Amino acid sequence: MAKHETPMLDQLESGPWPSFVSDLKQQAEVRAKNEANIEFQIPQDVVEDLLGVLELSYKHGRTHWKHGGIVGVFGYGGGVIGRYCDQPEQFPGVAHFHTLRVNQPSGKFYTTKYLRELCDLWDLRGSGLTNMHGSTGDIVFLGTTTPQLEEIFYELTHKYNQDLGGSGSNLRTPSDCIGQARCEFACYDTHDLCYNLTEEYQDELHRPAFPYKFKFKFDGCPNCCVASIARSDLSFIGTWRDNIKIDAEAVAAYIGGEIPPNGGAHSGRDWGPFDIQKEVIDLCPTHCMWMEDGKLMINNKECNRCMHCINVMPRALHIGDDRGVTILAGAKAPILDGAQMATLIIPFMKVEPPYTDIKEKVIEPIWDWWMEEGKNRERLGELMKRQGLQKLIEVLGVNPDPRMVQEPRSNPYIFWKEDEVPGGFKRDINEFRKYHQR
Amino acid sequence: MDYEEAKVKVTEELTKKLKTKSKFYFNDLAKILGEKPRAAKKIVNQLVQDGVLEYWSSGSTSMYGLAGTGKQAHAEHED
Repeated sequence: MAKHETPMLDQLESGPWPSFVSDLKQQAEVRAKNEANIEFQIPQDVVEDLLGVLELSYKHGRTHWKHGGIVGVFGYGGGVIGRYCDQPEQFPGVAHFHTLRVNQPSGKFYTTKYLRELCDLWDLRGSGLTNMHGSTGDIVFLGTTTPQLEEIFYELTHKYNQDLGGSGSNLRTPSDCIGQARCEFACYDTHDLCYNLTEEYQDELHRPAFPYKFKFKFDGCPNCCVASIARSDLSFIGTWRDNIKIDAEAVAAYIGGEIPPNGGAHSGRDWGPFDIQKEVIDLCPTHCMWMEDGKLMINNKECNRCMHCINVMPRALHIGDDRGVTILAGAKAPILDGAQMATLIIPFMKVEPPYTDIKEKVIEPIWDWWMEEGKNRERLGELMKRQGLQKLIEVLGVNPDPRMVQEPRSNPYIFWKEDEVPGGFKRDINEFRKYHQR
Repeated sequence: MDYEEAKVKVTEELTKKLKTKSKFYFNDLAKILGEKPRAAKKIVNQLVQDGVLEYWSSGSTSMYGLAGTGKQAHAEHED
């Protein structure tokens, strides 16, 4: 029988969707039976107490978790988030229930062996409950006690060659899409850039000195599978400068119904014959496509990389050959100042190891500015809003570009700098006084 | 700034404020040190390594305090 009665949680299980409550109960049972004979290093009934405290929170309509703490592993200011229960006598199993963030492998590629090893470690030294994956992409270990933290960290780093992720006012765990490993749309090697920057900025990842969190995300193409444009302070989206490559024969094969559109993704139902006019050309947001003598034509100058045509006809249309990255800055979720999408700051940049341009011309100048000017708990996007895009352009030393403009201006003031005005601002006061008395 | 000098300065300033608060933002420390953030970070990191300062994290924001100060460490039996 369950340790705590949980009628309100039980009710959650009755819905149509798989329930986390069922998962928790299953894990509670696995730990109670302990068929694998694990020498649990934290209370065996941790999950039952977790269910109990959750039920109590539902009953009271208030949380029973205390927020934050001093716990961590030596030398790291992130990766561990202290969690304590404010009813430790009633629920001793979750008196300490710290979270660990484990830096996920690039593109979340791992072997089942690696997963098993992580799970074995977590069954032994933690609750066995995980979050695959947190919103930043980390593998999240939920619930352990303070004495286990260093043990887990030692085993992760020494046995599994695995680091902790970022939390707090740090660079957060960089996250990328599956990239060129599996996807032909990827315009640059997202894994390599993600890994390279993770290694380069270890200090920023583990030792907090930023005003608040800072996130990098890497999307190989404008399909934006990791949603970097909406969820990262610095978003790297693959793009191309030349033309979309067209295979006319394959276009004809799509029209003729020989190749299923969208890679066959919509084959669960009969949608009728493929209509290139209705399903591709008319849906182009910039109206830059048309048919001419039975051939598909594209005015590439007007293309805004919506990716629709390429997604529908991947065997006929392909990303261009002159590839690189577009960099956008300042996206964030609505914690303080409302949600914000990223603003374009670098329209195009080549992506070549060792990525010196990205590091020295983009990332580091932005950090220097934000670290000096950012207020406590102010995200980059909020600083950009407060001081203006003009200031960011100055920090980066780039020329203003129409592509950076998001919306018509709402600020009626123009503040000129002295060197932008012919003759400057200085005046000869004596000359002025000749014509203007005090 | 010399490390030992910085250590004395940070300890003194933070001790003075202990009555009202025990946790400080990185910016507060940079201001006390009178250094740019990157230079201040080196000193602050060393102070943490040496156990003079300790991190406090809410999960979203990180702060610094003199090691062992504040209520929480004792309340959570972490001291």
